[in-house]
Amino acid sequence: MSSVAALTPLQIGVSTLTTGLTLGALYALIAVGLTMVYGMMRILHIAHAAILVVGAYAGFYTWSALGSFWLALPVAMLVGGLVNVTVYLALFRWIADEEPLIPLIASIGLFVAMSDGYRILFGAYSKNFAPSFAFGSPIPAFTTPQFVVIVLTVVLFAAVYVLVAYTRVGLAWQVTAQDREIAGAIGINVRRIMALNFFVGGALAGAAGALVGMYYGDVSPYMGDTWAYKTFIIIVLGGMGSIPGTVIAAFILGLFETSIIAQWGFALPRDAIAFLLMIAVLMFKPEGLLGGEGSSLRRYLQDLFGESSEPETVEEVT
Amino acid sequence: MVSFTPDYMITLITIGTIYALAATSLNFITGYAGLVSIGHAAFLAVGAYTEAILLLKYNVPFEIAFPASILMGAILGALLGLPSLRVSDDFLAVATIGINFIVVGALQFSDFFGGTLGLSVETPRVLGVALEDTVFMLFALAMLAIGMGVSWWLQRSWAGLALAALREDPQAAESVGISTARFKIIAFTISGAFAGMAGALLAHYFGFITPGTFGFLLSVDILVFAVFGGLGTIWGPVVGAYFLYILPQFLRTFQDYRVILYGLVLMFIIVVEPDGLMGLYRRASDWWSDRHAEPTAGETA
Repeated sequence: MSSVAALTPLQIGVSTLTTGLTLGALYALIAVGLTMVYGMMRILHIAHAAILVVGAYAGFYTWSALGSFWLALPVAMLVGGLVNVTVYLALFRWIADEEPLIPLIASIGLFVAMSDGYRILFGAYSKNFAPSFAFGSPIPAFTTPQFVVIVLTVVLFAAVYVLVAYTRVGLAWQVTAQDREIAGAIGINVRRIMALNFFVGGALAGAAGALVGMYYGDVSPYMGDTWAYKTFIIIVLGGMGSIPGTVIAAFILGLFETSIIAQWGFALPRDAIAFLLMIAVLMFKPEGLLGGEGSSLRRYLQDLFGESSEPETVEEVT
Repeated sequence: MVSFTPDYMITLITIGTIYALAATSLNFITGYAGLVSIGHAAFLAVGAYTEAILLLKYNVPFEIAFPASILMGAILGALLGLPSLRVSDDFLAVATIGINFIVVGALQFSDFFGGTLGLSVETPRVLGVALEDTVFMLFALAMLAIGMGVSWWLQRSWAGLALAALREDPQAAESVGISTARFKIIAFTISGAFAGMAGALLAHYFGFITPGTFGFLLSVDILVFAVFGGLGTIWGPVVGAYFLYILPQFLRTFQDYRVILYGLVLMFIIVVEPDGLMGLYRRASDWWSDRHAEPTAGETA
């Protein structure tokens, strides 16, 4: 705290902003995968944070073996995506249409089993994950790790946008999100699209795992716990299933938390802030920040890609 | 090999009974009202800390502190029931995890509650008789019997039927005039009361409580017990708790793998047999009676 006191209020403000944006970017990367699963299947995928941890370990081991963060990141994404697809194929595929209680409880069990599995496989203690970068941050306000987190988040979201908006697979994805039965009837392999949904969400979580590990400097079996809980709050705030709502809520929470901590120190636990924010929003707007009629993925896709991009993509298919 | 002295058996049965009571209390919400709570340890924490604070800091006798702990649990239950009226089941699951984090966080940050170091709790005395060892075990069993009695009553009462209707089809239930709000709050309040009771018992049994005891993992344990035994039944949570708590103590390496095994059990049982052990029992007894019915049918033909 003494080093903070030496800074001017402006510097504190700027560092709060950059830290908040970085935290928001990490929240967004994790929460979007969760919201994609919820939007398509109405399943609250509690074990999503365990995908983050497996990505973090994949990134860590790649980095320790090869010494490069830029190899660690794609490996983390690949592993995160594949593990998440496995979760879909082995578990959620079979219980997607059961009453909501069953997938919810099953995914709690899976989350607990996976977290403890990491402890048994990789050891209970945290491992030091501190890759160095050959370049500095071009924007002085950001530290290099913060810059890396934010740039990569933007790049990954842009890639997902291009995938959904401009490819055949993306079109099939849009149709499936709108109506699973219609999608099946017009010859879309719904199961494959679902698997893709889990792969993309898992890859984002894997990337987030590598970034979280890099940013905080270590990986540990239970590193996913608080992220799990925060991302649930974020998708609730974002309106359960809305991708833009989730991204906005992620940044709001990141900035809100860091500014409150900068203002009052750690007197109030950070987890409590997120929770109180959620209760406040739920009391006044139970459908989430961007909720209401537009809370579903379907409405989001209509809004985002609706009139302008639909004719183009239809041409591609025919 | 663990030696099974009578003292050790009393320990196992006492803790098993307290867990059975906790699982029974969760069953009121998850089994009867169909709402998942992943933060049930928060209710136990409230009961345990109420008990500890009243005894330790205010020298309140056990006869008053124990009902007070139950009352505090019930109050928290009613409060948590309130947002459940406005939000869907999935939101509620998130809210219950949140309650667990907040309660543990608040206890850790507060010196009044002993912070991370926790509080010590003395042996309870009723009319000068110390509730220890066998007596305490019997006391816990009596409390469990009350919990199961309320469970039995709730299943057969108007409230239980209303809850069953709400679980099966909330909209249809509302259309015939069942108030979702009222019965959800009733389920939460009863659940909170018995969870508070289980927390107070646990505090006395351990003689020492820390916030860490009441974390997310305890919530998961309680959920595993209830689901494994069978949600929505009177005996399910009790059988599940005894079975999963006592039986694995016979395995030496169990403690190392307890969490992963509980996680896998939770996942498999809910997918394969959502009605848990009680569901398996029902199936087995049906199969048995079918098998015995057939030969007699064959003989007469």
